[in-house]
Amino acid sequence: MIDKFAASIAEAIGPLPDGSTVLLGGFGAVGQADQLIEGLIETGARELTVVANNAGYGRIGLARLLELGHVRKLICSFPRIAGSTIFETLYSSGRLELELVPQGTLAERMRAAGAGIPAFYTATSVGTSLAEGKPVLEVDGKTYVREYALSGDLALVEAWAGDRWGNLTYKMAGRNFNPIVATAATRTVAQVHNVAELGELDPEAIVTPGIFVDSLIHLPQEEWA
Amino acid sequence: MTVTLPEGVEPRGRDALAARIAADIPEGWYVNLGIGLPTLIADHVPPGREVVLHSENGILGLGAAPPEDEIEPWLVNAGKQHVTLVPGGSYFHHADSFTMIRGGHLDLCVLGAYEVAVNGDIANWATFDNSRAPAVGGAMDLAAGARRLWVAMDHVTREGAAKLVQACSYPLTAPGAVSRVYTNLAVLDIEDGGFTVVEMVPGMSFALLQALADAPLRLAEQDAATA
Repeated sequence: MIDKFAASIAEAIGPLPDGSTVLLGGFGAVGQADQLIEGLIETGARELTVVANNAGYGRIGLARLLELGHVRKLICSFPRIAGSTIFETLYSSGRLELELVPQGTLAERMRAAGAGIPAFYTATSVGTSLAEGKPVLEVDGKTYVREYALSGDLALVEAWAGDRWGNLTYKMAGRNFNPIVATAATRTVAQVHNVAELGELDPEAIVTPGIFVDSLIHLPQEEWA
Repeated sequence: MTVTLPEGVEPRGRDALAARIAADIPEGWYVNLGIGLPTLIADHVPPGREVVLHSENGILGLGAAPPEDEIEPWLVNAGKQHVTLVPGGSYFHHADSFTMIRGGHLDLCVLGAYEVAVNGDIANWATFDNSRAPAVGGAMDLAAGARRLWVAMDHVTREGAAKLVQACSYPLTAPGAVSRVYTNLAVLDIEDGGFTVVEMVPGMSFALLQALADAPLRLAEQDAATA
């Protein structure tokens, strides 16, 4: 019997070597797997490269991971949001490397990684400082810049409901980057608010099929710290 | 230095500017509104006109802000403000959201800007203040990908410096992307490599409007005849 539910966050995440690349779903706080990020801190892995749209806020989740010095490099589209003081302090003191990527390019780089596409061309950032030094291609008179796939060793996903095969649904705009990062990592771990029996999730409503998910942990919202 | 406008000139306030832009958005368009003033445009779409609003974080059919007791924690716009979904709205993931943007499926995007140049270049994501981390978000995707890019901004900076310029001094968001600029003083089209003034607020003179720009302006033909 396939049962991808883990008994603990530590078991769900498993061991993680130093220097790993971790992909985080979420848009700001919405849809970010804060409890799994706490578990990531517990692994003790350091020198991490973290990929996320934002750089955390306050002193929880990603901000705490940064504050505790686990992260060497952040790949991000919009690191500066209200309350992102931990990030800003680390960045301005030179203790955190930042690779700034346009949001659509960030999504597409991970989508490409999940789809086995090593590189692609896009019009986004052409003619700007973010395209400097990147190879370009002209197609039908228009210029495109080359971007490379971005894969991870671990992806952390927040989903609404999951079953033991790892099929996932999301809630509203909590979907955002989660289904993308789920496809792009060697190991994908999801925290779900609700557990569904196998067959209970409408097959036409499943957004992330279980093939992309290695491990799940049930963390109902009411039990959040 | 701040600009003191002559008596009789009535610059548009934020809501009036948003309403002016909303008036030009036809029924049926799919539109992404940038953070800040462009977000206000949503509140001014005439009642009954169906304009479908897109949000980068995976929403089509963005609705108004909810009452305090009906907030859904999982439903925010690109500015991370709580919103609602209108009937007919849908959710999708980030790759699909940016397929809409980068694949040229949006009829219009409206962004704020630091500067717009005569050739349609837009600078709206970075200054030269290196003490703060840069942040780009979806601005470059939207500027390069939407079928039309309009800019909503003040005509000059708070210090009185021109924002309509010959060439952008700030880092570019996208080259040659802007087709129309709505300022608190005028509406300008970018065509044939220059700014054409299609409308001025009451009391505004072309001479003063020109003095407040760092690039040559010309009057649209029907206006030039009566100027």
